[in-house]
Amino acid sequence: MKTLYKILPWFFLALFAMEIVAVLMPRKKGALHAAAFGRLPVLLDGRIQPFDSVARNALLQIRSTGDVPLEEVPAWQFWHHPRKLNSTDWLLEVLFKPDLADTRPIFLIHHPDVISELNLGHKGIDKSGLRYYTYAELEPVVNEIFAQARQANRLEDAQRTTYQKQVLKLANAVMLYRQLKNSIEPEGTHNFVALLADYQAALPAGLAAAQAQQAGGKADEQALRKLAGIAQQFETVSKLAHPLVVPPADPADKDAWANMGACLLGTMRTGEIPPAVQFFAQMATAYGHDDAAAFNSAVAGYQNWLAARFPRAVAKGRAEYYFNQIKLFLHAMIIYLMAFVLAGGALLTYGLLPGLSESLRRSAFYLICLAFVVHTFGLIFRMMLEGRPPVTNLYSSAIFIGWGACVLGIGLERVYKVGLGSAVAGLAGFVTLLIAHNLALGGDTMEMLRAVLDTNFWLATHVVVVTLGYSATFVAGMLGIAYVLLGVFTPLLSTKVGAAGDLALGKALAKMVYAIVCFATLFSFVGTVLGGIWADQSWGRFWGWDPKENGALMIVIWNALILHALWAKLVRDRGLMNLVIFGNVVTAFSWFGVNMLGVGLHSYGFMDAAFKWLMLFNASQIFLIALGLLPVDLWRSFRNSPPSAAPVRV
Amino acid sequence: MFERVFKIFSSLKLTVILLALGLVLVFWGTMAQVHLGLFKAQNDFFRSFFIYWSPEWSTWRIPIFPGGYLIGWLLLLNLFTAHFRYYQPGQKKYGIVMIHLGVMLLLLGQLLTDTFSSESILHLRTGETKNYSESSRQYELAIVDTTDPQTDTVVAIPASRLVAGRDLTNPAMPFAVRVERYYSNSSLVEKPAEGYEPIATTAGFGSGIWWRGLPHETDTDKRDMPSGIMDLRGPQGSLGAYLVSAYITRPQTLVYNGHQYQLSLRPQRYYMPFNIQLLEFKHDKYPGTNIPKNFSSRIRLTRPATGEDREVLIYMNNPLRYTGNTYYQASFDPDDKGTVLQVVHNPSWLTPYFSCVLVGIGLIVQFVTHLVWFATKRKTS
Repeated sequence: MKTLYKILPWFFLALFAMEIVAVLMPRKKGALHAAAFGRLPVLLDGRIQPFDSVARNALLQIRSTGDVPLEEVPAWQFWHHPRKLNSTDWLLEVLFKPDLADTRPIFLIHHPDVISELNLGHKGIDKSGLRYYTYAELEPVVNEIFAQARQANRLEDAQRTTYQKQVLKLANAVMLYRQLKNSIEPEGTHNFVALLADYQAALPAGLAAAQAQQAGGKADEQALRKLAGIAQQFETVSKLAHPLVVPPADPADKDAWANMGACLLGTMRTGEIPPAVQFFAQMATAYGHDDAAAFNSAVAGYQNWLAARFPRAVAKGRAEYYFNQIKLFLHAMIIYLMAFVLAGGALLTYGLLPGLSESLRRSAFYLICLAFVVHTFGLIFRMMLEGRPPVTNLYSSAIFIGWGACVLGIGLERVYKVGLGSAVAGLAGFVTLLIAHNLALGGDTMEMLRAVLDTNFWLATHVVVVTLGYSATFVAGMLGIAYVLLGVFTPLLSTKVGAAGDLALGKALAKMVYAIVCFATLFSFVGTVLGGIWADQSWGRFWGWDPKENGALMIVIWNALILHALWAKLVRDRGLMNLVIFGNVVTAFSWFGVNMLGVGLHSYGFMDAAFKWLMLFNASQIFLIALGLLPVDLWRSFRNSPPSAAPVRV
Repeated sequence: MFERVFKIFSSLKLTVILLALGLVLVFWGTMAQVHLGLFKAQNDFFRSFFIYWSPEWSTWRIPIFPGGYLIGWLLLLNLFTAHFRYYQPGQKKYGIVMIHLGVMLLLLGQLLTDTFSSESILHLRTGETKNYSESSRQYELAIVDTTDPQTDTVVAIPASRLVAGRDLTNPAMPFAVRVERYYSNSSLVEKPAEGYEPIATTAGFGSGIWWRGLPHETDTDKRDMPSGIMDLRGPQGSLGAYLVSAYITRPQTLVYNGHQYQLSLRPQRYYMPFNIQLLEFKHDKYPGTNIPKNFSSRIRLTRPATGEDREVLIYMNNPLRYTGNTYYQASFDPDDKGTVLQVVHNPSWLTPYFSCVLVGIGLIVQFVTHLVWFATKRKTS
């Protein structure tokens, strides 16, 4: 039994470490080198990114998932991996086989009113309560969707009803899909290579005819019509194309990427088609005719051509593709969850089965360390891809808050070896990464920063410090929750713990919380003042009572209040715990709530998903505080021994 | 008695109460912005001693909650007195002292900023040169003697002094100004309309215009548009009653005693001892998008008195600090051919910097001594 307890932690560590290694290993190539296509760089939203990111972000906006399942598998058959199209596979179909792509059920419609209004009830497929539609199914009602969306568009976001918001979202998804279909070749082209050849052939006669017509002479109508027909197709692409796929003619002018259609219209004068366009035409035609060998050689040819001229863009595409594939944050999230479960097990078996408890605690701690490594690796990878400090938007703030909480949790676990630090780190890591995952549904998470934010100095100081303050306040709050739950429902708080074995767990928790609150005060104060100084540098005022500033100030005030209440002996352990739990509410308001203020508290349709979750969270915290206010006799931990009258001396 | 008062004001309990009140105030003031707009919410909640409530049936103003100034001053007093109560020399509490000194400095700095700082706007089209900035809220009645082609002589009367029935005189002004009528916010129309009355003037613009007074504008994005009728009076009697209004941007001219005068009600001007010319405004976007990457104004700064003549680039997060004023890139014209610089005069702008350093070091000192104490205690036990 003892040996088993010893082996168990290493077993867990090895299991998950192996999974990570497997994820990091290069994958096998299929007959068609879709991955090589997925790595190719394009310019979109002001930044160089691989086709795969274009595909992934589009799919997240349209379907709320990163890939498209091709078959239905009951949820309980978890061992059975359904066949699926990953993001790049899907994009290839959309670009080069739009007829096939039109039959994929990708459009997610939540709202029952939208479904009934558009008469879609009998169509689509149902999956775990969500309905998905193919473009072919939506096509008959597309005009209706756009008409409704135009109506919704006339209103301010705050005035829109949930129905209108959903219609608008659907219209945007349909539009995005149409744009993608026309990003490289005009939709419905069966042979792009042949089309280009026709174009080149028709060009001299067509241009001559156009000139003749302008001069007022007799023009060759047929030549003119032929050229105009092709040009019209290019015109459509120039209007719709989503990413800019054609690299600049001059490698020195690295921002001048062009839209495929605009580029082709631009060749009207010279008749010379850029090599990149030729390569794309070959890819399109080969893919459309299921010629894997020709497709692979076109992709490889383009890649070599590009690497000689734009090595940085190619490297960026490659790196970001790899980052997309390995999904570090998803794996870190799974490990965090597992560690949290193990740490919970360790706490619950603490007094009953000391051997097992210690083994579980160790397992949880090792897993937390592993998850932390994966999380950190992902964080640094992202920073290098973006060339920015860790926090640039709400999405990355979630990832960083989790990371900060994990650091603190590991520190706590090292000092007090009871599993609480691991439990906090595991839960914080899991929840924040889950929040981040949901925030990513809005689109590209590495978007460019608006002018005033474009300063790495302040992003690296103010934003990082203030975000660490959020982390610390949340960690203190979670410890408070642990205190209340363990105290009310288990006898653990009065159990002696720690290396010295002379400290009741309740007292140890109070010490931890005190230390974390000090830490939180330091970071939130310095971070807030740094933010004020940034505001002074860019707007000429240190403090403007802006909602986001006020949110940060509230965290500072609350932490300072907790410390002074302790020093004034107004609260003891339990009071402290209730105060730090309320700190969760304050921090959540500052992190998310203030962003919703502008969305409009005065609107009728105001029940956005995030707001609902925020309110649920606040309600749960208030409930926990109520629990913490129960008389001491009702606490299992203190039923027999009243808590010592002495206040915390720390 | 003194002892008791001292005990109350220096108590930690008061600190906790004030912090709690502060938290409620900040939360309330933030939520209030949704309805009141930033500017009014700021004045009502943070730049006031009390938050007032007026019952709908009366004009009473009943104080119901302490405002920002009251909490701020009490906190200052609390920090100050607590220092004498709790601090004993020799004890290792340097960290705490530094933190509290820093917080006091921060509070004082903000109170000073509220009192002494002023903000104005400098709007320049490409190529234009100005030696003044303009207030975005305050107006002034300007009477400019333009007889000398080299220099103008300006008499500017702040709008706050324009009260109906008052006579305004100035040694530099050969005539007096009697304020016949004045609305600090108004609306002018060219047709008779409900609630409007015709304007009675004897000179300049004004015939065929109707007007009415309006209450103060509370919307942050809009401003008051004042109008008034000014009767200019020389020793011989009236020279004419003129309509002046923020709606009339071109000055009205009159000749008196061989001097040429211009009359206008214009945004209050802050003159600078130097000239600023906009050479170029740039609005950079990220490639292939409309996301702004940077806004910058290349300006030429000339100061005849010192012979200074140089080019300066003002861009996001990089203001120009000069002669006690700071010039920020704030906005721009829709056609990208003009810039709007925010001009801030704030003598106490450095206090947050000192305070941040003080508190930061104080917190770190406190934290580290605590950690060391904790670590040694763990070792010994």
